[in-house]
Amino acid sequence: MSDTAVAVQHDEHAAHDDHHHGPQGLLKYIWSTDHKVIAMQYLFTGIFMAVIGGFMAYVFRMQLAFPGISVPGFGQVSPGEYNALVTNHGTIMIFWVAMPVLIAAFGNYLIPLMIGADDMVFPRINRLSYQIFLISALVLLSSLFVQGGGFGGAWTAYPPLSSVAEYNQTQLGSSLWLIAVALEFVAFLLGGINFITTLMNSRAPGMRAYDIPLVAWMIVIASILFMLSVGPLIAGAVMLLFDQTLNTGFYDPARGGDPILWQHLFWFFGHPEVYVVLLPAIGITIDIIATFSRKKVFGYKMMLYTAVATGVLSFFVWAHHQFVAGIDPRMANVFTVTTLLISVPIAELLFVIIATLYGGSIRLTTPMLWALAFMAEFLIGGVTGIFLGASGADIYFHDTYFVLAHFHYTFFPIAIIGSFAAFTYWFPKMFGKMMDERLGKIHFWGTVIPFNFIFIPLFVLGMGGQHRRIYNYQHFPDLASAEMYNLREIATYALLAMIAFQFVFFFNCIKSWMSGKAAGKNPWQSNTLEWTTESPPPHGNWPVDEMPNVYRGPYEYAHPDREEDYWPQNEPS
Amino acid sequence: MIDIIQGSTYAGDIDNLILLIGLLVGFWFFAAEFMFFWLIWKFRAKEGQKSQYLTGKEAHVKKWITWPHGIVLVCDVFIVVFSIMVWMDVKQQLPVADSTIRITGQQWAWTFQHPGLDNELDTADDIFTVDELHIEVDKNYHFKLESRDVVHSFSVPIFRIKQDAVPGRSITGWFNATVMGEYDIQCAEICGIGHGVMAARISIEDANQHAAWVAANSVSTTP
Amino acid sequence: MKPIATTRSATGVPTGRLAVWWLLASEVVIFGGLLGSYLMMRLGHPEWADAAMHTNTWIGATNTFVLLTSSFTAVLAHQAAEKGDGKKAAGLLVLTIGGALTFLAIKSFEWYTEISHGYTITANNFWSFYYTAAGLHALHVIAGAIIMGFIAWDAFRGKELQRVELIGIYWHFVDVVWIFLFPLLYIAK
Repeated sequence: MSDTAVAVQHDEHAAHDDHHHGPQGLLKYIWSTDHKVIAMQYLFTGIFMAVIGGFMAYVFRMQLAFPGISVPGFGQVSPGEYNALVTNHGTIMIFWVAMPVLIAAFGNYLIPLMIGADDMVFPRINRLSYQIFLISALVLLSSLFVQGGGFGGAWTAYPPLSSVAEYNQTQLGSSLWLIAVALEFVAFLLGGINFITTLMNSRAPGMRAYDIPLVAWMIVIASILFMLSVGPLIAGAVMLLFDQTLNTGFYDPARGGDPILWQHLFWFFGHPEVYVVLLPAIGITIDIIATFSRKKVFGYKMMLYTAVATGVLSFFVWAHHQFVAGIDPRMANVFTVTTLLISVPIAELLFVIIATLYGGSIRLTTPMLWALAFMAEFLIGGVTGIFLGASGADIYFHDTYFVLAHFHYTFFPIAIIGSFAAFTYWFPKMFGKMMDERLGKIHFWGTVIPFNFIFIPLFVLGMGGQHRRIYNYQHFPDLASAEMYNLREIATYALLAMIAFQFVFFFNCIKSWMSGKAAGKNPWQSNTLEWTTESPPPHGNWPVDEMPNVYRGPYEYAHPDREEDYWPQNEPS
Repeated sequence: MIDIIQGSTYAGDIDNLILLIGLLVGFWFFAAEFMFFWLIWKFRAKEGQKSQYLTGKEAHVKKWITWPHGIVLVCDVFIVVFSIMVWMDVKQQLPVADSTIRITGQQWAWTFQHPGLDNELDTADDIFTVDELHIEVDKNYHFKLESRDVVHSFSVPIFRIKQDAVPGRSITGWFNATVMGEYDIQCAEICGIGHGVMAARISIEDANQHAAWVAANSVSTTP
Repeated sequence: MKPIATTRSATGVPTGRLAVWWLLASEVVIFGGLLGSYLMMRLGHPEWADAAMHTNTWIGATNTFVLLTSSFTAVLAHQAAEKGDGKKAAGLLVLTIGGALTFLAIKSFEWYTEISHGYTITANNFWSFYYTAAGLHALHVIAGAIIMGFIAWDAFRGKELQRVELIGIYWHFVDVVWIFLFPLLYIAK
């Protein structure tokens, strides 16, 4: 052991000889292996893809409210284009927005800083993961412009529709879509290795497992969950790609294949995937709430264990997506039990967060508003999931807009509200300037209020029987009433309003970056290690001889032995 | 709310299950949201007042987590039991059939094969229709659901029934209509460019009307 | 050039080894998913046994022996690296790569024979799984051999000797996958 300690010390000094010499000039931003630069790359790519995914939503919601309209900025929407729009909207938002922003961007940025390290353990693999990710995004975008158009078989890509070109009529688009998703998987597998090993091994001296901020834990647990669940789908995707390109018959019933095999492989991943994105959002939320209530997290270990329990349980619920798919009806009963069971640890997580507010001294800054909105809105998503997990009710709700509204009440808080929470909270650290609070609040209300006006009408439409992925409800007399069209219009107008308010956000970003107040090291008076260094941190995060040591947990707010209501982790007792 | 009638013998059961879930989760939802907003208001930052240092072991706060935890579990058990009961009725326990029809989905239409005058499927007098299903009210129908190409899904909102049609399989389900009239049949699984036009109609007729329709359309082999 | 982060070890396990174990975990799930699917389908299609009759068990057994031997040389390479003998480790890694190339050569011959008899990837679903599973495995053999080449080159010059163990662990995994493939594709008839 002592040999290792000496060797480590020696290496630390040796490693720092050229520690300060990252790539210079503009090349710095392309070839850099600095985790903060890579994080920014993921962040900006994710934001760019969010704009594209949001544009797609704008187009198809215009078509739904005003069927046949020539949508400004797009033109008339054909049935095939409609399917491609909804397919790629979903695919982009999950794989090219939620995951890169919540996990890759904030994970990369925060994990080394929060554990007092100077970078990730494998910086070049980190850079490679972004490069593969970027390629995956380009492949996905290219799939929209090839002959035949973009893939339109939904993000779930069920064969035989997705496997046979004659059925989907988008031969090239289908394969490019699939390859893009597969490349994204590879990028995140590579990234995950860095997150997990860095968190496990590269902690500052004195930092025990329970001294790690919850957001860092959550991102790592999510990475593990992703790695363990995506394997079968990668196998399934290889089989699908072969069906598409080599005319194999893995999913062809006429040749002994089984379309439902794909469904199992897909959802075995698909369900854990939602927790892959949920856990980081919860981590972000609880860290922000702790800072702005000036409170220790009520049940750090409870949160950690229930997060792991949720992750484990998430492997046993997948077929609730397949209740009416043709699986053995007896299996449905098993999955109803497991699915309702998983609501228990999730409820636990939410209760702990709410309990953290008790006894606090709550400041409603912009990041805090976002974190609180995450809770309030996600609750709606969570409880509406119960209707779908109960197989008897799902017979009716499956493939209706009720499902769609449910998952937007989970995904939107996760991907959008969670991202804005993280962004507004760590902006001062990343860019060295404070964001404008007034503009921030205008943007907040202008996003959250319209959000509800988009999706509550969709709940109502779903309860009325409106099914999904239909470009024009005029073909269905029972769904073409004036009442229903009113609801579709309300949802669309609300979306337009929400889009308008996003310009406030972009304006705020640029204005703050250019002329915002200097942030200093720790504008929020938070405890965690990232706030002990410059804003933005230099290459290497701290000067070589000032790497932090840790003396306590991350949430020692309002400690009775202290005058100050916060106690940074690196301050000696 | 949008008016959607209960058109089958099990529609009411499904609606009641939905109502039960609504009441139980509704209670929790409002309780949690109320608690949440109340705490934000009560513990808003006040000049000179410090926050409390709570480690998570304090019983007076912890009980607000452990008790709800337990009650949530009990609610879940309730919902699971009722859900399984409804599910078994709709999907597992088929009543004896008064009549059987074959439903075939394809890109992009529904073909319905009705038994003809002999009330037997796959005989010479069967009635084939496209995008219109004719049945008699208050009768137990079995359907054999198939697909010619991709995965489709047979959905009749007023019945509350939904069942995916998987190529290579013939899946059996049932319904018993309790109202008369014409209503939507949907395809509830994206099946390609024409998914949005895969609309059909179910015509639920009384005994006389239905008998007349069968007689008019059935081509019997006996002269 | 290495960050301080790379040199720390809060768990006591060297970071490189942790990383390889995580990599293997993700690979296990990939191959597990593929082989699990194959197993489920094979159980439902007893007629696949007719197709499976035409795999060459002797060639499969030979390849199993080749891979096992190459795993042995990888172990010896690790032992040499532990003693600090980079040149010897490099030599043993080269032997391991030789085993990989032998495996691939035998497989090429095997596939060529099968394909010219009409047993192509689209012949039926058994053969689709056969080529997909063995092909995915072969890709991992190729990737492993290439990486091993780089590590051998470094080891020869006395650098990064700790990586010899890591590529060895990966190589054993490639071996273990084959140990599963062999009975599933060759013995089950």
